[in-house]
Amino acid sequence: MCEVIVITSGKGGVGKTTTTANLGSGLAASGKKVVMIDTDIGLRNLDVVMGLENRIVYNLVDVVEGNCRVKQALIRDKRYPGLYLLPSAQTRDKTAVNEPQMIKLIEHLKPQFDFILLDCPAGIEQGFKNAVAGADRAIIVTTPEVSAIRDADRIVGLLEAHGIGRMDLLLNRMRPDLVRRGDMMSPTDVVDILAVPLIGVIPDDEQVVISTNQGEPLVETASLAGKAYRDICLRIRGEDIPVELYQTISFWTRVSGIFHKNERLK
Amino acid sequence: MKRFKMFFGKKSSEVAKNRLKILLISDRINCSPEVMERIKADLVKSISKYMSIDVENTEIVLKRSSKRGRNRKPSLHASIPILDIRE
Repeated sequence: MCEVIVITSGKGGVGKTTTTANLGSGLAASGKKVVMIDTDIGLRNLDVVMGLENRIVYNLVDVVEGNCRVKQALIRDKRYPGLYLLPSAQTRDKTAVNEPQMIKLIEHLKPQFDFILLDCPAGIEQGFKNAVAGADRAIIVTTPEVSAIRDADRIVGLLEAHGIGRMDLLLNRMRPDLVRRGDMMSPTDVVDILAVPLIGVIPDDEQVVISTNQGEPLVETASLAGKAYRDICLRIRGEDIPVELYQTISFWTRVSGIFHKNERLK
Repeated sequence: MKRFKMFFGKKSSEVAKNRLKILLISDRINCSPEVMERIKADLVKSISKYMSIDVENTEIVLKRSSKRGRNRKPSLHASIPILDIRE
C-alpha cells in the first residue's frame, strides 16, 4: 500500500524542503521504499539539500513531456537503499506541468513505492495545485510566527476544499526558551488556533544548518531535531508515540538556567 | 526593565495569539475590516430609528463559537450602548 504525502506550508522558508529530505531519509532508513518528488519547478532545492545536485540528468518536466522514461530520471540515494529523488527542472516554470500529468505520474510510481513525498512550492498557485493533485494526505509545516500561521490556515482551507484525506501539522523551529519566557507561541497555542492534529515539533537546532551545508540529512544524527524527525517518521508509519512539546523543563535545566540566563536549548 | 515588563506587560506570545485569532476569523469568512465598518454603519443607522445610541462606543466583532474543531462557525457580536429609548 503506497501513501502519497504532500509537504506544504503556504509561506516560504519555513522548512518544507528540509522536512521532505529528512522524512524521506528517515522512512528509507527504516527499510521503506521512498521517492521524493521536488515539485518546485524553476526553484529546485531538494536536490541540493540532499547533496544530490551533481547527479541530475533528467528532471520532472522531462518525465512529464516524455523526453525520458520515469526510471531514467529517478536518482538513487546511495546512503539509503530504497530512497529515490525525482528532481525538479530549473529552467522552466510552474506552468510546465499540470494536475492530470502529476496524477498520471504518481499513479505510475505508486506500485513501486511505499511512500511518495511531494515537496510543495511556496504559494497557492499552479505549483501548489500540482503538488496537491495526487496526494492522499498532507503535512502542513509552520513556524510559531503570525505570518506562517496565517498562511498555514489558508492552506488548511484550500486542502479542505480540495478534499484531502488527512492533514497533520508539523511545527518547525520552536524555541523552548522563548516559549517559556512568553515570547513565542507554544505548540498548544498553535494547535488551538489551526485546529489540525500535531504530528510533531522540531526544535530550532543549529544541526539543521550544519547538515544542510553538508548536503546530509540530519534524521540519523544525535541532535534534537534529528530525534524529532525520527519520531515523526514512526508516527507516519502509524506508531503511537506521544509528541514531545518541549514545554516542561527538568529540575537541572531550571537550576542551570539560573546561572546561564537566556541559554538556548542544546 | 525586562522583569518589570514580565509582570505588568502582556506577553508577546499572548498578543500574537489574540491578533491571529481575530485575523483568521475574518480571513476564513473572507471579510475585510472595511466590510465590518460598513456593517457597523448600517447597524447604527437602523437601530438609531428606534433608540438613541452611543455611536462612539459602538463595537462589532467577529467571535468564534466555543465548539471545538475547524467547522465551528464565527458569530457577529455587537455591543451598542443605549443612551435613551425613544417612545
